[in-house]
Amino acid sequence: MMTINLIILPVLLQFSLAILLLFFWRRIFTQKIISIAGSILSIVVSASLFSAVYDGEILTMQAGNWGPPFGITFVADTFSATMVLLASISAAAVTVFSSVTIKRARMKFGYFPSFHFLVMGLNGAFLTGDIFNLYVWFEVIIISSFVFITLGGKKVQIEGAVKYFTLNFLASMIFLTAIAVLYGLAGSLNMADLAGKIKTIQNQGLVQVTAILFLVGFGIKSAMFPLYFWLPDSYHTPQAAISSIFAGLLTKVGIYALLRVFSLIFIPDAFMKSLIVILAAMTLISGGLGAVVQTNMRKMFSYLIVCHIGYMIGGLGMFTVAALSGAVFYLIHDIIIKTNLFLVGGLVYKISGELNMKRMGGIYANYPLLSLLIAVPLFSLIGVPPLSGFWPKINLFSESFTTANYFLLGSFIFGSIITLSVLARFWSEAFWKKWEHPVRKPHIRYYDQMPQSERAMLIIPILFLSFISLYMGLGAENIFRLSNQIASELIDTSAYINAVLGSVTTNVTP
Amino acid sequence: MKHLTFRTAASFLLPLLLLFSVFILLRGHYLPGGGFVGGIIASIAFVLHAFAFGLGQTRKLLRIRPMGLMPVGLALAVFAAVLPLFQGLPLLTGLWLSKPIPVIGLVGNALLFDLGVYIVVLGVALTIIFSISEAV
Repeated sequence: MMTINLIILPVLLQFSLAILLLFFWRRIFTQKIISIAGSILSIVVSASLFSAVYDGEILTMQAGNWGPPFGITFVADTFSATMVLLASISAAAVTVFSSVTIKRARMKFGYFPSFHFLVMGLNGAFLTGDIFNLYVWFEVIIISSFVFITLGGKKVQIEGAVKYFTLNFLASMIFLTAIAVLYGLAGSLNMADLAGKIKTIQNQGLVQVTAILFLVGFGIKSAMFPLYFWLPDSYHTPQAAISSIFAGLLTKVGIYALLRVFSLIFIPDAFMKSLIVILAAMTLISGGLGAVVQTNMRKMFSYLIVCHIGYMIGGLGMFTVAALSGAVFYLIHDIIIKTNLFLVGGLVYKISGELNMKRMGGIYANYPLLSLLIAVPLFSLIGVPPLSGFWPKINLFSESFTTANYFLLGSFIFGSIITLSVLARFWSEAFWKKWEHPVRKPHIRYYDQMPQSERAMLIIPILFLSFISLYMGLGAENIFRLSNQIASELIDTSAYINAVLGSVTTNVTP
Repeated sequence: MKHLTFRTAASFLLPLLLLFSVFILLRGHYLPGGGFVGGIIASIAFVLHAFAFGLGQTRKLLRIRPMGLMPVGLALAVFAAVLPLFQGLPLLTGLWLSKPIPVIGLVGNALLFDLGVYIVVLGVALTIIFSISEAV
């Protein structure tokens, strides 16, 4: 029984943390301690969930003890558990980082409670086996992210928030419409149940339309071409810690939903595959081109998020075990690396006080060791062998060659080259170039004005995430084993469906 | 709004509305009602009082900050949700006492959950309305 309740524990823990933090509304210091301790505890909890499902076992829990397909099912398979683990790792790093970078005034307005509500929403979205419940978790995520994106209330933030709000709201509406149509067609909301029922529906044309609606809804949320423009316009406005959790996890939950829904319910046919492949290629190209022209560091990073979304979507579009394995590996790599990238961006801002790359410089001369540390995530992002970005690309490149998607192959290569050139420019501008006119702005607390303890709080999260990236690169064999297992579970969904629907007879009675 | 009739009515309506909100809360399981509506009605009671006697008086009457109600209600709701876990049942499973309590009826953890919702809604509604009327 304990293992079953283990599924919901990552969600419950974050919820309880958020409530506990609400009790300490004005006590910032207590909030910091609770938040950091709780985030570390959540890594332990999600790691134990991960170890419970790692050998291929699928755990399910029926909320309220209502049998499937009527009750809300929570399912932890390897994919969900991996995502929950990665989310809690990123979240823990961000809490430590934000404890010194977020301004006091913003913390007073509920930064930490909102943060844990956000992570609760993420965990819930990863663990739910019910499509309407997935929508609810998405709502929890966006409501918390609205708090974040407007926290501070600067003009540029509100402007970004309007774009963010409008597009995400539209995406939610489309998602909800799609669910309504799907329910009207199949009469069920349980994803495992839908997987079986969708094949028996007469009106397959409408099923296709619903699939497209889901694609558009999740596509907006995961910043897919052509509806990605809200992301670079809003992600650079909140503070570094906030945008790093956005970058690492918010778009990835859209990818997770795409992978889940399009492998379980709507298995892509030839048309759908080619549509997704084209969208992936366009995402790679347009995101990459967007990154090239930016001089604002964080806007450039935001375009890189868009660009790299294409790798994962492309893997889904090819829909073979190897391609999905590549996409999942890329997803695992990308969550950690994008969180880290924005933390690095925050650190660079603390050192130089600038967001414009042209006005930065001299970081390598002043902080050689720190620069070496920052080089790890940057090189991993580019995909220099043997670092973590390199391995999933092998699968994706070779699969796009064998499935004869040469256009996608070309855009994969294009995306990699763009990433390389953009980050090389960043490196030479911010690190190697001599710092021409270092101007001190009075309102910024610079890195060298901080005491040793605060500096450590900035460095430790980056160090921690870099170590995980290094492990993913050097221990790629283990990650490949994991991503292959996830990919084969995504292709052969019978185990998932059996785990959910098979538990009808084994209901627990008091 | 400081008319004598209104003030007299408001002071009588406060306990009546609060009692009515509890009634709505209790009948909510099988009939229309429940924690959300109950919480809204309870907040109407305090808002009416605030309109008649001014915010300061209502704050004095309440004694606690309405914002402080939110975590309490949330904690109650979570407690109700996790109670079944201790018996090895899934989250949110309905647990019921074997015998009905007079007046109230059969009590289960659903009532505790609804009570949590009631408190959260009361806290949220009062926080919003109080801060808006302070800002105006």
